[in-house]
Amino acid sequence: MGSTNSTLSKIPNVEELVQETGFTPAHIVRLYDRFEALDKEKTGHLRPQDFGAINRLAINPIGDRIIGAFFSPGQETVDFHSFVRILAHFRPADKKRPKDPSMPEPVNSRTSKLKFAFQLYDQDKDGKISRAELLQVLRSMLEMQVTEEQLESIADRTIQEADLDTDDAISFEEFRKVPPGGALRLTYQHGALTQIRFIIVKNYVRFDNGKQAMKGNRYLKFTLPC
Amino acid sequence: MAALWHSTFFLVMVLLAISRPSLASQAGNDDLQMGTEHRTNKGTVNGTENLITTLPIVTWNWQEIKFPYLVALWILVSWLCKLVFQLNPSLTSVIPESGLLICIGWVLGGIIYWADKVQTFKLQPFIFFFYLLPQIVLDAGYSMPNKLFFSNFGSILVYAVIGTCWNAATLGLALWGCCLGGAIGDIDIGLLQLLLFGSLIAAVDPVAVIAVFEEVHVNEVLYILVFGESLLNDGVTVVLFNVFNAFVSLGGAQINAVEIIKGIISFFVVALGGSLVGVIFALLISLLTRCTKNIQIIEPGFIFILGYLSYLTAEMLSLSAILSCTFCGVCCQKYINANMDKRSVSTLRYVMKVFANGSETIIFVFLGITAIDPSIWVWNTAFILLTLLFIFVFRFIGVFFLTWILNQYRLVPLEFIDQLMMGYGGLRGAVAYGLVVLLDENKYKEKNLMISTTLLVVYFTVMLQGITMKPLVTWLKVKRAAVTERTLAEIIQNRTFDHILVAIEDISGQIGHNYMRDKWNNFEERWLYWLLMTPSARKSCDHIFNIFHKLNLKDAMSYVKEGERRGSLAFVRNETKADVDFNKKFSGNFSAMMPYIMAENMGSDHVPVSSILWDSVHSVCLDMHEKDLKMRESEDFNAHHLLEQHLYRGKKQHRHRYSREYLEVNKDKNEVQEIFQRTMRSRLESFKSAKMGVNPPKKISYHLKKDQPQKMPNGKSTDNRKSHAYGKEDLEFSEGDSASGCEAAGGSFPMRAHRGAGIVNPAFNAEMDPMPAMQQILPWLAEAEVDSSAVVPSQRAQLTLPCTPSNLHRLAPLHLTTHSFLLADSPATQDTSEPPPPPVV
Repeated sequence: MGSTNSTLSKIPNVEELVQETGFTPAHIVRLYDRFEALDKEKTGHLRPQDFGAINRLAINPIGDRIIGAFFSPGQETVDFHSFVRILAHFRPADKKRPKDPSMPEPVNSRTSKLKFAFQLYDQDKDGKISRAELLQVLRSMLEMQVTEEQLESIADRTIQEADLDTDDAISFEEFRKVPPGGALRLTYQHGALTQIRFIIVKNYVRFDNGKQAMKGNRYLKFTLPC
Repeated sequence: MAALWHSTFFLVMVLLAISRPSLASQAGNDDLQMGTEHRTNKGTVNGTENLITTLPIVTWNWQEIKFPYLVALWILVSWLCKLVFQLNPSLTSVIPESGLLICIGWVLGGIIYWADKVQTFKLQPFIFFFYLLPQIVLDAGYSMPNKLFFSNFGSILVYAVIGTCWNAATLGLALWGCCLGGAIGDIDIGLLQLLLFGSLIAAVDPVAVIAVFEEVHVNEVLYILVFGESLLNDGVTVVLFNVFNAFVSLGGAQINAVEIIKGIISFFVVALGGSLVGVIFALLISLLTRCTKNIQIIEPGFIFILGYLSYLTAEMLSLSAILSCTFCGVCCQKYINANMDKRSVSTLRYVMKVFANGSETIIFVFLGITAIDPSIWVWNTAFILLTLLFIFVFRFIGVFFLTWILNQYRLVPLEFIDQLMMGYGGLRGAVAYGLVVLLDENKYKEKNLMISTTLLVVYFTVMLQGITMKPLVTWLKVKRAAVTERTLAEIIQNRTFDHILVAIEDISGQIGHNYMRDKWNNFEERWLYWLLMTPSARKSCDHIFNIFHKLNLKDAMSYVKEGERRGSLAFVRNETKADVDFNKKFSGNFSAMMPYIMAENMGSDHVPVSSILWDSVHSVCLDMHEKDLKMRESEDFNAHHLLEQHLYRGKKQHRHRYSREYLEVNKDKNEVQEIFQRTMRSRLESFKSAKMGVNPPKKISYHLKKDQPQKMPNGKSTDNRKSHAYGKEDLEFSEGDSASGCEAAGGSFPMRAHRGAGIVNPAFNAEMDPMPAMQQILPWLAEAEVDSSAVVPSQRAQLTLPCTPSNLHRLAPLHLTTHSFLLADSPATQDTSEPPPPPVV
């Protein structure tokens, strides 16, 4: 536990962060380690190119958009607190938390997750996914041999399907209605039935220097609205 | 079904063909067995040799070629069996293939027994251990997903060593207890012999496990745990077996503390020594493949022969041969894959699979055949049932207990269901049988009881547990809710979520920076690469993307630099057409080309990747526009099908899959490369576009003269420091961008004119041909602002927007470079995150 505490003391306002994001201190420590590893110049801020240095992001078709989501407009760096706050979107929703209408909606709720995804499409932040925006996303997610015409017709049909008020754009309300509410979503991939749920630090055995992996901090799971 | 009967009939015919000659040869010796046949027949051959009186035109040479002929026939028969089952997918989906092979083994054995009245063919331990097992083990080691294996190495070791010892000890003790209690009846067996029996039957068999788990898709951690355990615990079992065998020979009276300590020491020596031998041979192989460039044809042969030698050497030194062969495969895979020619690697992989899969098939068939022999069957209901029960129960107890301990240390604990599957996946197989047959009948009075129990255990686990495994997985794990994605919006959204999660996972560091791993990587990069890899392979091997990435950036830079040198980027502009087309359709060619680029260009840094790429794309995509126009008319394609086919998959972790059956042709790889290319290009673009909006013209003109000589060094130093790559990139792209920058608040608008991503700097258009360029841009600009995709510039960018009239910059000389210091605080890179400008029109 020693190293956890020493790392924790380096992070300002841990309690606040813990309370706000719902990560445990151990999670925060882990994320802090990661943050420092990404922050090659030790400035305490991450720049887009720091994210760009993650090799695997380069093979993610929407990786650049996701990097972009970490930076609020007008900001060119992200500090640790914002970093954690953004990641907190993807914490699994707390099932046990009692519904308390007086509390503000937690950041990892289904709605805010959807909101995050929505913003990836909605690059001009006008609250609507226009046809052009959808086309952009499609262009980056589909293989290159798909022709422009095919793309356009896919986009048109997609908008038709989702568009309830026939304004030729998908609003957030329409967007969130796309998957049938609350159903457990499974995808068939690589021959295996896998839930769209990622355990972030899979198969990571701490036999080495990690006293950090003590009880209670072993989960660092991220989910999306499913 | 007809096909099945046809093939079965054919099999029976083949079988009769085999057994009839053996009938004929039966006269002299009754108990022929495959291994000894050869030698015993020589005498008769010699005896008949002198009897010819005239020159025979053809002779019946059965006796001479009998042995190889039978071997070949048996291999043929076993493989035909497999073929028969593969014709019936409905059958194999219920019963695992290994079980089916055993069944057909029974049938074949029955036929042979009926024809010969004695079981002529058996699985001989010698043949099993020296001709059938090595290639399976080598293949398993060679195709081991190393990263996964070593990141779970601790857990695997715990299961393989402690778990196996636990199983062996508890089974032996429990059976002994039952013996003492009189539950089993009157058998002549002592504690040591029971412990020996326990140890040989404790091991989970990799052959059986893989055969079953391959068909049941479980998560990869579970898979590697079971697989790794089964592989390593074979070694452990053999060691335990030898130790106990020695104890039995010594006799109970002579065993004292010293002997026991010796036994424990020998256990570790044998296991570690075997692994060491494997590692040494892996080093040898890697070193050897460094210099086999000139004999590419037999290059793959070296791996087989050295792998086999590692097995034999370890056996010779009485070390653990299985461990040796495993570690040989595990350790050398990375280096030989990098060192050898691509074709040799694929040859190696295929041949490895052929051998492994082939001998696996033979093993199962013979496991079945062996059973049809009344002489080995000794029935003792209590003993057999108790063994089955204890194996099952203690396996579960062991797994739960060990997992409980491991979960204290694992970052992601194994879930209950995983543990259940691990326990249930404890299939026994041919190794246990091979060991039990090795026992000396004089020392072990109840050898036949042990053999029959072992066979039953094998059948029970492979058949029953194998059959129930799949339903169990589906029942426990995920309810097989048949969720069909109906709407396009759903499909797309789901796929987006997929990608988002993968990205988030990557950002937050999926595998944390592990101290040991870092150390090892450093060591490897520093020494092992230097020692074991050819210089050209060294560059490409580990961080292939890393280097590809660097090369790409460098090429892009040299590309632009070249344009600067020539005074214009006219040649770039020429290729923009190719770029447009490139996006259109022919990525088939593109991705087919990628491996070529990867393979060829890693070696020499000086060949610009992009130039090859662009050239060939250019030549490939002629006349695409017309075709597309035609396409436009026929728009009734199946969008769902299209999406299904062409949506990029989320890069989950399911690519680490060991299969003895299939060598996947990796579609993933092409996808990865395609996405990677696109990402890189869009990033390059956004650097440029970012630059356009933000660079104060004043600074540009200010640094203009001063920086000219520094340019080259700057460009060169880029490669060394990766983290700066983007910044430097900006430097190279920055010049002249401000020409159009003032017209829009940043953004990548001009690119849109070119429909899609590409390393195209529109600013050069403006420079070359200012007026038309302006006209060209403006309409797009207008549209870009209307359509929502225009980039919202950062506040800072807005602050620093150039206020000078645009034509003023255009008057600036061509060779502009910003000072690199500017980049540190320049907001230029802020727009990296922007999406690749897609075709809007």
